Amino acid sequence: MAPARTEREVLLATRGLTKEFRGFQAVRGVDLDIERGTVQALVGPNGAGKTTLFNLLTGFLTPTSGTITLEGRDITGQQPEQIAHLGVARSFQITSLFDQLTALEHLELALASPTGLGRRFWQSERRLATFHGRADELLDQVGMAHPAHRPAGQFAYGQKRALELALALALDPKLLLLDEPTAGMGLEDVDRTIELVRRIATGRTVVLVDHNMHVVGSLADRVTVLQQGEILAEGTYDEVRTNPDVVTAYLGQPHA
Amino acid sequence: MTEQSAPTAQLEQTAEVAPARRSTVRWVLLAIGLVAAIALPWFVYPPVAMDIAAWALFAISVDLLLGYTGLLSFGHAAFWGSSAYVTGLIAIHVGVPFPVAILGGMLFAMLIAVPIGYLSVRRTGIYFAMVTLAFAQMIYFVANQWHSLTGGENGLQGIPRSFFGIEQVETDAFYFYYAAVGLILLGAWAAWRILHSPFGRVLVAIRDNPARARALGYDVERYKVVVFVLSAGLAGLAGGVFSISHGFASLQELAWTTSGKVVLPVLGGIGTLWGGPVGAALVVLLEDKLATIGFDGIGIITGSIFIVIVLLFRRGLWGTARTVLQGLADRRHRAPRD
Repeated sequence: MAPARTEREVLLATRGLTKEFRGFQAVRGVDLDIERGTVQALVGPNGAGKTTLFNLLTGFLTPTSGTITLEGRDITGQQPEQIAHLGVARSFQITSLFDQLTALEHLELALASPTGLGRRFWQSERRLATFHGRADELLDQVGMAHPAHRPAGQFAYGQKRALELALALALDPKLLLLDEPTAGMGLEDVDRTIELVRRIATGRTVVLVDHNMHVVGSLADRVTVLQQGEILAEGTYDEVRTNPDVVTAYLGQPHA
Repeated sequence: MTEQSAPTAQLEQTAEVAPARRSTVRWVLLAIGLVAAIALPWFVYPPVAMDIAAWALFAISVDLLLGYTGLLSFGHAAFWGSSAYVTGLIAIHVGVPFPVAILGGMLFAMLIAVPIGYLSVRRTGIYFAMVTLAFAQMIYFVANQWHSLTGGENGLQGIPRSFFGIEQVETDAFYFYYAAVGLILLGAWAAWRILHSPFGRVLVAIRDNPARARALGYDVERYKVVVFVLSAGLAGLAGGVFSISHGFASLQELAWTTSGKVVLPVLGGIGTLWGGPVGAALVVLLEDKLATIGFDGIGIITGSIFIVIVLLFRRGLWGTARTVLQGLADRRHRAPRD
């Protein structure tokens, strides 16, 4: 699936990306190149800085130093909503939905976001119905039977995770950041989610954080291993898996 | 995801019925509300009826922020009160019909809400409440000091009730009510329109999960400023009607105790739109009754009732009634909310 070496094109790059929290460096000097059309996994033990890195890439945190470029354009320090408009969408590790809204209403909101329809306080919300067709497609795509008029707060866990993915997809992103899409899932759901992510990753660029090596091995074209905020190793899954540093630092640990 | 196929099918069935029935209920409620607004001065002393209507709109304006956006403004007296003064000043010095004066007051409230909103929406929770309170106290201070314009502690006296030379409206509180309640209903309609717009949907999303709304590309702070200004406009409209109705504007309208009327929508139930009017009617009628029998510890009574209602009915009077009725109506589809 990865393009030939000659057509490689970097979509998102970081240089010397560092985030400090009161003297503690959660991310230090990270140089990352995400190539267009690939699935890149970020792995590492808890506290390695994966989620901090995600928050930096999506503008939820401002880096202490270093730069982030998207398609060669410097986006360091931009706000989350601006980065979303530039085509970077993310899912959240802890399911993050609007409890009082239905699945359809979620997707209408996501689809309406680039159109500016949300600013219109003088019009009927029925205007959002123009997005129904596309919303249904997205629900189909993530394998959600139309859960109709029930607020998301009442969804089953698997449904919430699926809607989380559909929401990120609704923005039709250039870059899709998935923060532990299989967190808290049973084995069967993990396999289904792998299939789902593979399907939606076709023709897209995806950065994926996951603890589950099975997930990473099945999906990732490239793997970046983080440890204590730094890049420890980078390469294909097999290269990384046999890297002696990684073996001692991470894969050697009992839970891996 | 497997175990969901059966319940989903069942949900789809109920979902087909529910919206239709809800919208019928909505129209019935709307009719009842209109009848109540029209019949009110027949049963209640007309100036008190006017107070109920004005406070009802004030409560709705607070609910727009508190119930639908998750922002507790503790400085809404700034908009109610400043509009009361500006409305009065326009009515006194320009002599235009009172709806025009009220429009002026409302616009002034929205104008000062732009910087106040801009500076306060960066804070959330109790900090937001404190910042809005601080701004309201500043405006109170200005009104108190600027004696030549506002009359200081004496307030603004003798606000005329000019209405195209129609004498009944200008002199009789009963007819005035009907001339002014139209403005209140217009304000309530505007609130309904805002809440059931694409913008209103974004507000609910922001209330439920601001970070997620940002990740979807919504500039949360800008939305908060806009709803803050719209809410200030409604509070200003209500304050303007109040000041014309009473014929004077006093510092009381700008005092923090007026901001404390945020309890009105809480009593009725926040996030329900009808809760505000219910709470306002309850409190204004009660205060009027207690004042009539010469009881001077009104605060103790209303405070106690507030505590009882908050403890017994977490969703407020209207919110609880709605939940109970919904539970009875669709018993088989009674899933726990929040």
